[in-house]
Amino acid sequence: MPGRPAAQRIVVVGASLAGLWGAATLRKEGFDGVLTIIGDENDPPYDRPPLTKQVLTGWVAPDHTVLPHLEPLGDTRWLLGTPAAQLDRRAGEVVLADGTRVPYDLVLIATGVRNRPWPASDQAALSGVCGVRTREDAARLIDHLDAGVSRVVVIGAGFTGSEVASACRHRGIDVTVVEQAQAPLTGALGGVIGDVAANLHDANGVDLRCGVTVQALEGSGGTFRAAALSDGTTVDADVAVVALGGVRNTEWLADSGLASGPLGVAADAGCRAVAVNGLVTDDVFVAGDVARFAHPLFDYQFLTLEHWENAAVGAQVAARNMICAPEDRRPHACVPTFWSTQFGVNIKSVGVPSLADQIVVTQGSTEAGSFAAAYGDRDGRIVGAVTFDHGRWIDHYRGLIEQAAALPGPYDADLPDKREPARFPPHPAASYHGPTVVVTGHSPTAMDAVRQPAGRSAP
Amino acid sequence: MRVVVDLAVCQGYAQCAFLAPDAFRLNGTEGLMYQPNPSDDLCRAVLRAVAACPVQAIATDAAVPAPADAAVPAARAGDAR
Ligand SMILES: Cc1cc2nc3c(=O)[nH]c(=O)nc-3n(C[C@H](O)[C@H](O)[C@H](O)COP(=O)(O)OP(=O)(O)OC[C@H]3O[C@@H](n4cnc5c(N)ncnc54)[C@H](O)[C@@H]3O)c2cc1C
Ligand code: SF4
Repeated sequence: MPGRPAAQRIVVVGASLAGLWGAATLRKEGFDGVLTIIGDENDPPYDRPPLTKQVLTGWVAPDHTVLPHLEPLGDTRWLLGTPAAQLDRRAGEVVLADGTRVPYDLVLIATGVRNRPWPASDQAALSGVCGVRTREDAARLIDHLDAGVSRVVVIGAGFTGSEVASACRHRGIDVTVVEQAQAPLTGALGGVIGDVAANLHDANGVDLRCGVTVQALEGSGGTFRAAALSDGTTVDADVAVVALGGVRNTEWLADSGLASGPLGVAADAGCRAVAVNGLVTDDVFVAGDVARFAHPLFDYQFLTLEHWENAAVGAQVAARNMICAPEDRRPHACVPTFWSTQFGVNIKSVGVPSLADQIVVTQGSTEAGSFAAAYGDRDGRIVGAVTFDHGRWIDHYRGLIEQAAALPGPYDADLPDKREPARFPPHPAASYHGPTVVVTGHSPTAMDAVRQPAGRSAP
Repeated sequence: MRVVVDLAVCQGYAQCAFLAPDAFRLNGTEGLMYQPNPSDDLCRAVLRAVAACPVQAIATDAAVPAPADAAVPAARAGDAR
């Protein structure tokens, strides 16, 4: 490597999708030094999206979602089962919870997110109260479902909650979904699409309760029995699935001097971590759900994404940038892409729908449940798109977003203007689940999620 | 063997479900479901699916057989199982 000594020791913290894809890319790009992967889960890296889909429906066993090694990792050192507790940048060491110190020349942070727990810990401890993020979570939930349940109550109708409800209906189990916002998926896709999603729940026999919150999880003898709702009603059920979104795993970085916090770890467009003083580091890189990175396509505002594709691609960009010559580094600039399958419908989205003010259904029809829709910002440029069973069009819309194309209006004055307000909640907290893309402004040290619909520049 | 499908790339063409129906299925009209860790007896069929996917969305770490074997055309894949 010209100009500087090649790194001998690389440490990856977080042994999931981003960690594994990063490690494989390091080897693929020729790194032959000491590679250490630290992960707090005991299992080798496995894939999470199947957990609420083919695993929960019963087709795939919870321990059968192990991720492939797309590149031989050689004699990589795996330190699994103990969390990293500290990043000591002065010493150049990752410190594990058991005190082990692992020295690094370069480190990749890929510690992702964990489930937001039910706030009352005594209620969360009731048997039957579950989440779905890890394979153990999925196994535990399946054990409950297999034991025979009268009803499942799902708290939060984001993608995870909706997929859980879908899997329950697939198994013939009665399910009630409680969502604080006026419809499912509104945080990510807005109210117009939320209404379509609500129809999907209705058509599949889900008891959907929107605009209400769960006040308490009630139990007897340590076992969950019922959920008390804010409208005064009670839902009797044997299982409660808490699907309130994620919390970023950044606590271990608290005294690292990095710009990290509840929104994630700030990084530049090339995945290099940013320090609290606003300066970009040269030896700490960030990828996946925990990253909050400046996006070239969205005016270099910081974005956080909880998308598989972002973790996979971001980790590859980060790993490559770690070991290539500085002048060969490239930005993580791909347009965010997300998919979900629920109630037999394939949902895909590109771009950042939540930046939008308006939406127009461009193909198909929402009544038929098969369509494509484009989102426009207040300047009328396309910033995102969503498809329901129109997935083959997603690449087309990605191209329109990259070009900052205009949102289509009526062809002539006689035709109705199909553009309508996209109806996003005013603040991410207004929906139970939150959006899976959060735009967090220009400041690397900002700690509060803000929606900035104005900021977006043509590439 | 271990398999992953990049579902952002997958176009739901279902070639994989045709070639290895025990490992790949469509849920609805275009949502792909698959076995991330199919049993070894499905390996041959899965590798054919990997080769046949028109957008190369399927990745695996299973050893790829000799080139002549991997290049079995999709039309002849009926004998895969
Ligand atoms: C049930 C479910 C369904 C999903 N479905 C979809 C979908 O349909 N489409 C889609 O695009 N995305 C989906 N996702 C999101 C996708 O799985 C994530 O974007 C992806 O897992 C992110 O990978 P990551 O490696 O960045 O983080 P994670 O997968 O969160 O992994 C982080 C890892 O780091 C570990 N860790 C945390 N702190 C420490 C520490 N201090 N020391 C050591 N290790 C630590 C964690 O335990 C974990 O193993 C889904 C997620 C879930 C949970
Ligand atoms: S063949 Fe490829 S594109 Fe078609 S469904 Fe299978 S993975 Fe998707």
